[in-house]
This record gives sequence, C-alpha cells and structure tokens, in this order.
Amino acid sequence: MTAHERTTAPEGQAAPMLDVRDLRVSYRSGEQTVPAVRGVSFTLDRGQTLGIAGESGSGKSTMALSLLRLLPASAQVSGEVLFKGEDLLTAKWARLRAVRWSAASVVFQGAMSALNPVRTIGEQIREPILLHDKIGQRAARERAAELLDSVGVPSRRLESYPHEFSGGQRQRIMIAMALACRPDLIIADEPTTALDVMVQAQVLNLLGELVREAGIGVIMISHDLSVLSHMCERLAVMYAGRITEIGPSKQLIAEPRHPYTRALGRAFPTIGDPASRLAPAGLPGDPPTPSELARLSEGRGCAFAPRCSEAMDACRTDTVELWPSGPRREAACLRVLEGSGT
Amino acid sequence: MKPVLEVRDLTVTYPARRGAAPARAVDGVNLRVRQGEIVALVGESGCGKSTLARALVGLVKPTGGQVLSDGEPLGYSAAALKAYRRHTQLVLQDPGGALNPRQNVFDAVAEGPRLHGLTDRLDERVHTALAKAGLRPPEQFAGRFPHEMSGGQQQRVVIAGALALEPSVIVADEPVASLDASVRGEILKLILELRDSLGLSALVVSHDLGLAWNIADRVAVMYLGRIVETGTVEEVLLRPKHPYTRALLSVLPDSGEPPVLLTGEPPDPTSVPGGCRFHPRCPLRAAEQDPRCDGEDLPVLTGDPSASSLAACHLVQ
Ligand SMILES: Nc1ncnc2c1ncn2[C@@H]1O[C@H](COP(=O)(O)OP(=O)(O)OP(=O)(O)O)[C@@H](O)[C@H]1O
Ligand SMILES: Nc1ncnc2c1ncn2[C@@H]1O[C@H](COP(=O)(O)OP(=O)(O)O)[C@@H](O)[C@H]1O
Ligand code: SF4
Ligand code: SF4
Ligand SMILES: [Mg+2]
Ligand SMILES: [Mg+2]
Repeated sequence: MTAHERTTAPEGQAAPMLDVRDLRVSYRSGEQTVPAVRGVSFTLDRGQTLGIAGESGSGKSTMALSLLRLLPASAQVSGEVLFKGEDLLTAKWARLRAVRWSAASVVFQGAMSALNPVRTIGEQIREPILLHDKIGQRAARERAAELLDSVGVPSRRLESYPHEFSGGQRQRIMIAMALACRPDLIIADEPTTALDVMVQAQVLNLLGELVREAGIGVIMISHDLSVLSHMCERLAVMYAGRITEIGPSKQLIAEPRHPYTRALGRAFPTIGDPASRLAPAGLPGDPPTPSELARLSEGRGCAFAPRCSEAMDACRTDTVELWPSGPRREAACLRVLEGSGT
Repeated sequence: MKPVLEVRDLTVTYPARRGAAPARAVDGVNLRVRQGEIVALVGESGCGKSTLARALVGLVKPTGGQVLSDGEPLGYSAAALKAYRRHTQLVLQDPGGALNPRQNVFDAVAEGPRLHGLTDRLDERVHTALAKAGLRPPEQFAGRFPHEMSGGQQQRVVIAGALALEPSVIVADEPVASLDASVRGEILKLILELRDSLGLSALVVSHDLGLAWNIADRVAVMYLGRIVETGTVEEVLLRPKHPYTRALLSVLPDSGEPPVLLTGEPPDPTSVPGGCRFHPRCPLRAAEQDPRCDGEDLPVLTGDPSASSLAACHLVQ
C-alpha cells in the first residue's frame, strides 16, 4: 500500500502496523535549524519489507532513528509515527522503552560501535531478554545460545568479547540481539554496508529467512539499490530529506520514473550489460548542502533540479510532491505529472 | 612490450604476533600491468589486496620475489624509492583519512611536488593537477579545506595529489569504497579519462566486481594471498572458471543464478590450508571429492597477460 492510497483508504480497513505521517526532523545547530527529514509518509505491515535508498546525508538514518525517538536532543521531530495505533512521538518514555525492547528493534549502522566492547556478547544478548521476558538466568542463557546459533555464530562463543569476532559475525550478533525479544518490527540501518560481498550475502540471506519465518516487518536502509531491490518488496528512494519515489522494488528498478532513481540505478552496473562496460555512470554535482536545504524548504521547486538532466523551468518554481505514477507507485517529479496527463 | 609494473613470485609475510604464526598476507603472486592498461584486483577483506598494493609502490618490502618497474627491479634505498614514487603513485582508500583536516587543497596537492623539489611554477603544477582531477576552475578549490568539500571532491583532491607528480602508473586502493553510488561513477569516469588522455596505467584494488566491469581491461581475483583467477574482464566475469570466482559472482543481487554461499571459517593467512588453499570452502570439491584438492599444491599462476584467462584449480583448466 502506498502513502497515497493510505490517505484515501476507506474507513474500517485494518490499520497498518506502522503508519508514518508527515514526519519532519530538523537539527538545531547554534542559531540555525537544519532540516534533515522534510515530510515523509509511508505505511508498513507485518511481514512486509520496505527498503530506503538514497545518498549519504539524504536523511535515511535520521528518519529511521526518529521512528523510535533515538535521536539526540538537538533534533526536533514533528508528525506522527503510529505503531499499532499508538503515536510513538508523543508516547511516555516508559512506554517507549517497552516498545524498544520488545516490539521494535534496531540494527545500527556500524556494529562495532553499537556493541559494548567490555562486555561479552552473551551478556549483551541476555540483557533485553532478562529485562523484558522476566525469565530466569538459565532460560535466558538458553535463549541467547539458540539465537546465536540461529544467526550462524557458534553458541560456544557466547562468552567472547566483540573484538574477537569478524565484522560479519558482529553484524550477525547485532541481528541476534535485535531478534532477542521477538519484535514485530526491525529497523536495519545499513546492516551490511561495511561487509564483503560474500559476508553481505550471508547476512542478508539470514535476515531474509528470519523475517519470512517470523512475519516481522522490516525497514532496511542502504545506499545500495541493488541490495535493497533484492531484499525488499517495496522501495522508497530519498533525496534531500524527502521520498522522491516509492513503489514495488522490481518496478522501481526496471522502470524508474524519477530521474534520480534512474541515475542511482545506472550507478550500479550489471555485470554483462554492454551499456555499462568501460562506461561508469555517475551523477554530476553534489546533493544540497544543509544551508541550501534550509532555503529549499522555505520556497518551492524540486530539490533535485540542479543535478537533473531533465529539469524544466517549472521545476525551479512549482511545488513538487509525491504523485501517483502507476499502480501502487508514486514519484515526486513534474515530468511524471506531465506524463500521466493530469 | 615490457609491462610498466610487474611483480614476480611476490611474498609478503608479516611477523608472528603473540602465539600466532606469521601471516602470509601475499603468498606467491605474479602480476603485470601494461602501458595504458587498467587492471582490477578483487577479493574479499583480508585476502592481501592492500598488502600487495603497498608492496607495488614500495611501502612494504617483499619477503620474497620482486617488484619491477619498466622491467627494472625496484631498489629500496631512500633515494631509489623517492625516484620511483614520481613514477608510481598510490591513491588511498578513505579520502577523509588521507587528507589533513588543517591543510588546504593547494598544500595537500603541493605536498608531493615540494617533497620532490619541483617548486618552480608550483602554482601551475597544482592547478593543472586539480583541473585534471575534475576540480574546475582550480582557483576555486585551492583555498578550501577538506570539511568544506563533499566526499567525492575530497577523493578528487587525493587523486590530484597523485597526478601532481605526473606519474605513469597509479595504484589505487579502494578509491571509491567510501563514496556514494552517484559519486563513485564520477570518480571511475575520471580514472578512465586519465587513462585515455594521459595514457596512464592503473592497478585498482576493490572488493567490488562491478567496478572491474566498469573500468578494467583485466582482472585478478585474489584469495588468501594468491591470485586464483586472472584474465580479461569479459572472460573472467562472464565465463568464470575458478569455483571462488563463480561463488563471488553468484551472490551479486542480479546474477540471475542461485547464490552459492560459502561457509566455513573466513580465510586466515596465519594458517593457510595445504593443497588448494580454497579447499575447506570449495563447493566444487565438496561435489567432486577429488583427492588432489587437499593433497596437492597448485603452482603459482604465471600472470601472463596474453592469456585470456588462467585459473588455479585442479579441476578446471
Ligand atoms: N601490519 C600488519 N601486521 C600483521 N598482519 C597484517 C598487517 N597488515 C595486514 N595484515 C594481515 O594481512 C592480511 C592481508 O591484509 P590486507 O590489508 O592486505 O587485506 P585486504 O585484502 O586489503 O583487505 P580489505 O579488503 O579489508 O582492505 C590480513 O589477514 C591482515 O590481518
Ligand atoms: N546528530 C546530528 N546533528 C546535526 N546534524 C545531523 C546529525 N545527524 C545527521 N545530521 C545531518 O542530517 C542530514 C541527514 O543525515 P543522515 O540522516 O545521517 O543521512 P543518511 O543516513 O541518509 O546518510 C545530514 O545533513 C547530516 O549532516
Ligand atoms: S521535477 Fe523537474 S527537476 Fe525535479 S526530478 Fe522531475 S524533471 Fe527533474
Ligand atoms: S582445486 Fe579443488 S578445492 Fe581448489 S578450487 Fe579447484 S575444486 Fe576447489
Ligand atoms: Mg546513515
Ligand atoms: Mg585493504
């Protein structure tokens, strides 16, 4: 279900597990406020996988972390994050903490910094189980061992410290921790970015299996479009703090409607494709700087216009928002609006 | 024609750390880079790519074997190395780390020329290098500091620093690994353009097979200190022979084949398996049960650049 359909969905239809509405985040720095997320809406159900793609700085992590209010105090958040009907942005801290432990968990970017270096991984996996599931030490120990085995790290290594594992193993351990309290939602921020292709394939395969078996909803962030299209049934592409295109992954890759999605897709060559042989494709220019972004947010116009090879005069003056661009898809581009004949 | 850069039977062994055996990071490699050619060196983390790259530019002294530049063995005296580095430049992984945050672009790019006493018309030299690296107009970038530039621009500064010495060979270690997809393409385009306009030769280290498809003429696949398959990009990536290369290609998201996930411990250069070094993880061995796989060592690949492909495996030739 796309954001657009949601707003027009008939009353009485079961509410989605996660319903994000007009989410906005700005960072305060000195006198200035710098927008990082500028109005993002989407829904996610149990067992669904949504991939978020975009360049670094496009606001992916900020968006994802704000869902569980994991941002620093300098971040100002507005909008609604309805998780099973409850707005997490206004929920009490105690309630939020309970949700974080049990119902929704995060696999952070950079597993090494997210694991505590002076405690064994066994202790770290057991902690949420003990806190949340109110079971004894022995049962928690057994569950931790089971979890570790399930992610393909031998459970005899429960008493080892994070630095004794390889990058891929640490990332699996993070996944085991995220699964510890059987959550309904997992937010994975670049879970495999620092990993080798082979280890990355192992970790993604594992995550995919676990999610399918348990019917967990997943939001997976990556700057790698090909990884996301493989893992996620739906894809949202972010640019300068907004979703520029959203829809079924396969369609977004095969027939991108937004010029930015097209450019991003070309940047990952398919081996064997003569078009990319000895012809790397990039996207000239740079994403907007924070001050440019602040200016853009006040006025109109498409944030992508300075880098867009298809830009028209109207792109600098008209309001651009997500418009339907096909069944179950939307794109924020004036050309799409033109093409649809509306 | 003589290769501009060559290694013969190269080994680099790091001394043992407490308890462990010495690490055979590069364990017998033959490799040639010809004039105007781009060779990609690919393989998983820890397989020895950076060690080999550092040996190629003389930053690491080989434990055995030779590095040859234009057919001449590399000397390791300070003077010989200094002369060599004008000719062969290293471009490093992670532009953020490679640049000094308190040094502006001009000084960063001028560092090499100053070290080599190339100070007359330094401005011109630096500006030309910046322009070649795509930072145009150069005057606009010379005064900037790293934090005032994007990651892609920082990587261009690092490349300009290498170009300022007008080298004929560049060894680039993961030049785009830390960059965004869109920027990655721009930097790879630059490397191709430099080859086409200046006749530059390059060895590009990467764990990304797509990069080889994008810019390289030939590719060498490294596993645990050895090159296990090498040849033209078309041959190796479209018709891979070695089971390791095949597995690597199969896990790419759009390979169109069922992924072959390698299991077993990640390779460890302090305990290299006997026989074929890939045998503990090899899916073909598991299927074929050939006694040579764990019983018979394989010869080091010759690295002959005229062969369309060579693979180090008992079962495929
Ligand atoms: N100074 C050193 N002392 C001891 N061992 C080292 C040293 N440098 C590297 N090694 C080891 O040598 C092996 C090869 O390392 P190298 O850095 O060449 O790998 P790489 O292929 O470049 O990996 P990556 O893709 O992660 O950059 C690794 O097992 C590494 O741990
Ligand atoms: N803690 C922070 N304080 C101030 N600005 C931040 C902070 N974290 C991120 N930003 C800024 O917000 C924007 C979005 O960043 P981020 O969400 O990390 O993007 P992504 O995950 O897509 O790379 C960037 O301009 C970044 O510099
Ligand atoms: S609205 Fe205009 S500038 Fe923006 S992506 Fe579409 S064509 Fe390009
Ligand atoms: S020699 Fe045997 S173990 Fe080695 S790659 Fe070939 S089949 Fe696999
Ligand atoms: Mg991020
Ligand atoms: Mg390296």
